Amino acid sequence: MNCPLSRNGPELRDRQIIKLAIMAVGGQGGGVLIGWIESLARAQGFVCQATSVAGVSQRTGATIYYIEMMAAAEKQPVFALAPSAGDVDILIAAEMMEVGRAIMRGFVTPDRTLLIGSSHRALAVSEKAAPGDGIADAGEVVAAAEIAAQRFILADMDRLATAHGSVISASLFGALAGSGGLPFSRGAFEEAIRSGGKGVEASLRAFAAGYDVAEMGGTETDTAPEAPAQVIVGPQAQMTLWTALQMRVKELPEPVQQMALPGLVKVVDFQDCAYGAQYLERLEKVVARDTATQNWSLGIAGAKYIARAMTYDDIIRVADLKTRAPRLKRIREEMGAKDTNLVELTEFFHPRAEEIASLMPARMGARWEASPKRMALLNRMFKKGRRLRSHTLPSFLVLYFLSSLKGFRMKTRRHAVELAHLERWLTDSLALTKEDYGLAVEMLKNRRLIKGYSDTHARGLSKFAKVSGAVEMLRGRRDAADWMRRLREAALQDPEGKALDGALDTVRSFV
Amino acid sequence: MAERSFKAEVEHLRKGAGDVFTGEGILAITKALLENGVGYVGGYQGAPISHLMDVLSDAEELMAELGVRFEANASEAAAAAMLAASVHYPIRGAVTFKGPVGVNVASDALANLCSSGVKGGALIIVGEDYGEGSSIMQERSHAFAMKSQFWLLDPRPNLPSITKAVQDGFELSEASNTPVMLMVRIRSCHVTGSFTTRDNLVPPLTVKDAIANPESDFNRVVLPPMSYVHEQDKVKNRWPAAEKFIVENSLNEIFGPEKAKLGIVVQGGMYNGLIRALQRLGLADDFGETEVPIYCLNVTYPIIRDEFDRFCEGKDHVMVVEEGQPDHIEQQLGAFLFKAGRQLTLYGKDVLPMAGEYTGQVMLDGVTAFLKQAAPDLLPGQVRAPNREASQIPDLSKTVPVRPPGFCTGCPERPIFAGMKLVEQELGKHQITGDIGCHLFGALPPFEIGGATMGYGLGPAANAAFDGGGDRRAISMLGDGGFWHNGLSSSIGNMVFNKSDNVVVIVDNYYSAATGGQDVLSSRAENGTKSTGNPISAALKGVGVEWIRQIDHTYDVSKVRDTLNEALTTEFKGPKVIVASSECMLNKQRREKPVRTQMIKEGRRVDVPRFGVDADICTGDHACIRLSGCPSLSLKRLDDPLRDDPVAYIDQTCVGCGNCGEVADAAVLCPSFYRADVVHNPSAFESWRAGLRSRIITWLQARRSARCLQFEDVVP
Repeated sequence: MNCPLSRNGPELRDRQIIKLAIMAVGGQGGGVLIGWIESLARAQGFVCQATSVAGVSQRTGATIYYIEMMAAAEKQPVFALAPSAGDVDILIAAEMMEVGRAIMRGFVTPDRTLLIGSSHRALAVSEKAAPGDGIADAGEVVAAAEIAAQRFILADMDRLATAHGSVISASLFGALAGSGGLPFSRGAFEEAIRSGGKGVEASLRAFAAGYDVAEMGGTETDTAPEAPAQVIVGPQAQMTLWTALQMRVKELPEPVQQMALPGLVKVVDFQDCAYGAQYLERLEKVVARDTATQNWSLGIAGAKYIARAMTYDDIIRVADLKTRAPRLKRIREEMGAKDTNLVELTEFFHPRAEEIASLMPARMGARWEASPKRMALLNRMFKKGRRLRSHTLPSFLVLYFLSSLKGFRMKTRRHAVELAHLERWLTDSLALTKEDYGLAVEMLKNRRLIKGYSDTHARGLSKFAKVSGAVEMLRGRRDAADWMRRLREAALQDPEGKALDGALDTVRSFV
Repeated sequence: MAERSFKAEVEHLRKGAGDVFTGEGILAITKALLENGVGYVGGYQGAPISHLMDVLSDAEELMAELGVRFEANASEAAAAAMLAASVHYPIRGAVTFKGPVGVNVASDALANLCSSGVKGGALIIVGEDYGEGSSIMQERSHAFAMKSQFWLLDPRPNLPSITKAVQDGFELSEASNTPVMLMVRIRSCHVTGSFTTRDNLVPPLTVKDAIANPESDFNRVVLPPMSYVHEQDKVKNRWPAAEKFIVENSLNEIFGPEKAKLGIVVQGGMYNGLIRALQRLGLADDFGETEVPIYCLNVTYPIIRDEFDRFCEGKDHVMVVEEGQPDHIEQQLGAFLFKAGRQLTLYGKDVLPMAGEYTGQVMLDGVTAFLKQAAPDLLPGQVRAPNREASQIPDLSKTVPVRPPGFCTGCPERPIFAGMKLVEQELGKHQITGDIGCHLFGALPPFEIGGATMGYGLGPAANAAFDGGGDRRAISMLGDGGFWHNGLSSSIGNMVFNKSDNVVVIVDNYYSAATGGQDVLSSRAENGTKSTGNPISAALKGVGVEWIRQIDHTYDVSKVRDTLNEALTTEFKGPKVIVASSECMLNKQRREKPVRTQMIKEGRRVDVPRFGVDADICTGDHACIRLSGCPSLSLKRLDDPLRDDPVAYIDQTCVGCGNCGEVADAAVLCPSFYRADVVHNPSAFESWRAGLRSRIITWLQARRSARCLQFEDVVP
């Protein structure tokens, strides 16, 4: 094990050169930031040298910019062209995982590195593409940064910048100024932005926000918005029913309540209070088999997944959600539309024959589904996707009509299918409670696999069947619940279910 | 128009004697060319010297004033061939391209040029794309200098040294009648710094003067018996002349103490890295004053034996710092030592790795290893005998995801690959070759479509073995840049001639996009000095392709899918070429955004589209992302205990290209996507109509909500 060369060793003579690296994602404006730092240093009588890598490898990929500077002397210093591990004074990382990458590459060391990072995430393709939750753990990076950096300033620099109508390079430049890492005054930093001449005012505002955060040591001044409170309104008769349902929830064990209330809201919102009562009936049956000694895991899983199963994604629900009043308001806000702007909406629908048949009355729908000829007819009719300009009346009325089919929903083919599936799943899962409590909980949780529309939904169903089907192999084993969980997680790794097949092979190998 | 404009910077190229120029390496090189009376310049873009072409292009006006001809050559071969002007005429010429791939393409012309020899200084500026940030196979251009015998300059990476190398290069070329290659590494091209300028020089003989008085000399033609004479001339006259010039003008440099038992020989381009390692070991100061003697090879080919011998005098240990493999220089120096019968230990690829970039850490480790053997007392105590362990930093390699480059937000190539992915799901996997260009990103997740690439414009040629046909047709990708570079003849012509039954998808994004958005023959933009607007489909017809499908809007995923389907299943025998055209979004945005902002300001009606996802409809399966990978299509976690997985989310960088909606439709995904068009400055009628619609819709919504419970989130 070799000892790192310390910056403070008496025999070392490169103490005058300040070394600063920027790690960014292509397209984040790292070039602008390095340009500002360079013009700042030169204006302050420093000699400096900046380098970057331009070219195709920049496009949306991880990129690095590097600058070295020192107070001008009679002779010209020799600067390096790229950062070295263990030899960086200031590291600016414009994204959370780039903070991690900087640490991984050894550019952040406890003896010398001031680390300025943005906590926001620009997800990598590998994180986004997983059918489950593939998002990397920022907590691990923060923990590593606390150890690796001499000083660590972390804030959502992207939010700070966009809040002031600017981009992240400005807030990071502000944070660099506020950190005191460079021997230049705030005014000198601001002058560099002014001399750049583009979007100066917005940049200066974002700069100030970044400056303040860094000066405070990296804690953001404005706190996150409080969680919204739910307000429930409606006709008196229904409010009475709702209050009764709420009371029933209060009868449940405390930990289950916390999941049951949102579950109930979701189910009632999906259909009505009567449907909500059905939800609670099912849930109460689950809770009856549960005990406090198991931390009510079965009840909590039941509360969550029964609600999910009962609020399946049919055309009626989609049409309902698309035609609600708060939606347009939300969209206007998201798009940053001003009062004088109009917002026009286009919805992309592509129902298949299966979705159309599932809207029919249960027996009729079953007949149509069984007839290839009729399905072919539906397929011809709905071959092309529908684009609904939902801000116009004709399109809105189509959606409005579809949403009004809510009253008819309980009679549809889809409801019959979903209900049957729900009951089977619930019965099968609960049947295991006595024999293997943990396994029963995992069986309930397998419901997570069912999601999406059309083919995606079908694929989810088949994965659910595959995973849950493994129960016969696992029953009686002490680690059955653990394996069931592993199978489910494997199923969420890739769309084709390759990881799942591999995991199933493993299970088969030991049973 | 190229992605980056140098119009403002180009003004600095007018600086005169005694002024100070501060800026990037590529601009400094351009300035040096003008100061040295260059008569013509040209080249082919490619990282890391793309911007050099952009600078030259933006400086065309200034160059015209000086009588300098600028040519944006069709390929590196064309650029190298242009140096033929310096064979017969005493005109200085310079061309630029990337290495080693550009040098590969140019090698035919370079070999002929070297055999003929030159009268006027001929300079080839090569951006060596090696190490971190490189987008090509890792090789060296060095061997080309050895095989064709031209001289290779590798100056120290600072602006005064690089600009001096331009002057040295021209003079060396003229003194030895041999072309000279000036090599600059990735970071040197974009390194910033300052140097003192001289006045620009009008070429003593311009190309216009020369063409008015044509010359010829059959002795310069590469044909027997002259070719045999050329070979003898190379070794008997040109080489000694070059060595003489290099020594007399001290092109190579010696640093550090004269008397020492050890020394280091370094390529000029690696000098700064070496000094940094010595600085970190306490053996050099900030200004490069070193305690270890350094022989800095600003000329890495040829190696001057006498100079090296003098450097070795009195030394017991000499290390060679030479990046990349094979170790041409080390082998040469070893041979010198062996022939001289010296008892001296030569270090190099034993203390440094044979392959890969010499990063700061590699260099530090290498120099340390050398000194441990050659002179341990020079090393600081903590290196010789460490008494403290480095602090343990948690390993993040399992946490931090890789982030390879990919398609930009709104890229028109994304829907092409989405369409191909859908065809793959339907018809199965096909044999696919890629080409050079942004479309090569299609080979990466989430698409993973495409295979090996054999070179620029060689995508379809790389599928030639399958031209005979089989159960499934092979598909090749080709970009518009590659098409005009080499693809028209080597790939398309080859397919027509050999009666190929395969399919080609030409990705036409109106630019040589991967290299920075330079214009090509088929670009749609008006270009004052170049001929654009020559359609690819016309060229295809010209070489005899009969089955051509033009897609003018690549975002129409269903059309891409159906057209490809047709190409793969049609009865037609012969090459099937699909030209998929839509403008590179990076360039389109750069062009349109300011115009749009201006129009909004002026009160004109502007419609700005952007996409969104209804979070409560999205189920978090991410199938849409697996058909897109767009940077603006991301995920967010909902504050809902009932949800396990994050849902899709489109951030404000979305440019409204339409891919999301098209994919949701073509792949029958889900109804959670919507497009929102924000209409700025709507007409009075539009506003009135929108108000009417809004009143009716609000009434309908109120009617419905009066009948059921409403759960509304209220922010306190």
